[in-house]
Amino acid sequence: MTFWAFIADFFVNVGAWLNDLLLGWGLTPFWATLILRVLGGLILATIPLLATLFFIWYARKIVARIQDRIGPNNSGVFNGPYGLLQSFADAIKILTKELIIPEGADVVIFVLAPVLMVAMSLAVWAVLPFGPSGMQGVDLNIGIFYILAISSASLFTMLMGGWSSRNKYADVGAFRAASLLISYEIPQMLSLLAPVMLAGTLSMQGLIQAQSVPFFIALPIPALIFFLAITAEIGRLPFELAEADAEIVAGYQTEYSGMMFGAFYLGEFINNFTVALIFVMLFWSGWRGPGVEAVPILGIFWLMLKTMIVVTVLFAFWAAMPRMRIDHILNFNWKFLTPLALVTVVVIAIADRLIRDAGITSAWGQAGLLFLTNVLIALGTYGLLYLAGKRQQRRLAARRFATLNLTSPEGENAG
Amino acid sequence: MTAIPITVQTVLFAIFAALTVGAAICVVTSRNLFHTALWLVLALFGLAALYMLLEAPFIAGLQLFIYIGGIAVLIVMVIMVSRQVMHPTEKSVNEPLTALVTALLVLAGVVWMIVQIPWPKEPLHPAQDNLLALGQALVDPGKFVAPFEITSLLLLVVLLGAIYIAKER
Repeated sequence: MTFWAFIADFFVNVGAWLNDLLLGWGLTPFWATLILRVLGGLILATIPLLATLFFIWYARKIVARIQDRIGPNNSGVFNGPYGLLQSFADAIKILTKELIIPEGADVVIFVLAPVLMVAMSLAVWAVLPFGPSGMQGVDLNIGIFYILAISSASLFTMLMGGWSSRNKYADVGAFRAASLLISYEIPQMLSLLAPVMLAGTLSMQGLIQAQSVPFFIALPIPALIFFLAITAEIGRLPFELAEADAEIVAGYQTEYSGMMFGAFYLGEFINNFTVALIFVMLFWSGWRGPGVEAVPILGIFWLMLKTMIVVTVLFAFWAAMPRMRIDHILNFNWKFLTPLALVTVVVIAIADRLIRDAGITSAWGQAGLLFLTNVLIALGTYGLLYLAGKRQQRRLAARRFATLNLTSPEGENAG
Repeated sequence: MTAIPITVQTVLFAIFAALTVGAAICVVTSRNLFHTALWLVLALFGLAALYMLLEAPFIAGLQLFIYIGGIAVLIVMVIMVSRQVMHPTEKSVNEPLTALVTALLVLAGVVWMIVQIPWPKEPLHPAQDNLLALGQALVDPGKFVAPFEITSLLLLVVLLGAIYIAKER
């Protein structure tokens, strides 16, 4: 094997080489596989932790630019180019801070919550595929469902943190997190069904293999719903309810300090990265891109490029969006996103069946027709919203008219 | 009775079975309601791991998604809005005899069921994709399509009923 061929599929080849080495030392295949799995798991779990250091810097830079500031640019000894090493300084500082456990807190649960938060956000990485073959923890046949299950279970860490603090702001924050996550799980799951139907599999690798045309072209509405749902899931603005710092201090993290707060922060940024990856894998063809067939390691490059774009949008949301009120957010979900997602799933299922029955087999043809279906759904939604808006206006006008007639002349301007 | 061979599977099974049973015992012995709920989550999680060992990842995922992500979250929410959770002052159950009889009856029923059912000794479809088989069985008229549809209808009725009850009048 030449040097370039080795580099072309670097991680798989290193794995094979290590396997041969371990077998050469006289280990049984069982132990060799076990050691490689543990090693792979450790590496896989370290990547998001290190990436977080970069993403914190990146988020601060983007937010700063939008707010017409420069952002981190001078952090003493850690001053890299453009303040790149700022996060290291922050990380070391936060490690040296005192861990304060409030009086009356449920100590075991209080300490467990941030640990579990990070563990849950890392657990998702086990099924994410980073390349055509081999570059994946394990290709479960329920991949995307596993991700959903883990993320819905990770809600518990917030409830644990909020409850064990014995603080009213923490309690309110935990409640808000729960109501937000439970509600947005529904459109998220429904919008996921569309790509799953088209691909005919739940496996992450299978979903990517099915996207010779990225799914966001065939399914723009589910992609949009899914994007909004993941924004809500990670609690980014405009859905930042659980830790709305202007209202409830920091939500369920209120009583946390030092590295325990750091762990929550870490989990949040890992989730940010992870949901962007999942969005890219489901709707933007994951690692697929020019030249991946010949040089598999390019897959990581394409995946990261697309993910960075999605992450940038999420961070720009953070800086540019207002914070919506909780009833607005929940109404938006229950009265708009959920019905829309339901209708979309049904219509797409029928359209997909009809298209296949009509004998259209080219990927672009199918995608184009599905895109048209989505446009029709969008037009129908717009029409319904327009009619509802008109009706609302008429009702308001009628009410204003009624108050005008009932009140004395000076009450005329009150309406 | 043959000796159980010590493989990775049996060791993992022992660990997760012990975890599940231990957590389940803690659910009934713990005095603090919130701790009880968390132990319940641990027990449910152990059960999910056992499903995983049985090579039924979809059922394991459902276990995580429905029981932990749905039901356990609801239980915890209810506990969080209840008063006096941190300082339980009175016994919550004041009919130990009734509880004992009920528990024993349920146990007897479960044991009877376990003894009665002819458990398959071999994996059902060793080489087949379990998920595919499950999906096809659910829409196959010869298999489970009727129960599946009736269950969905029931859930729809429940949903409508919930909306009707919650509707402001």
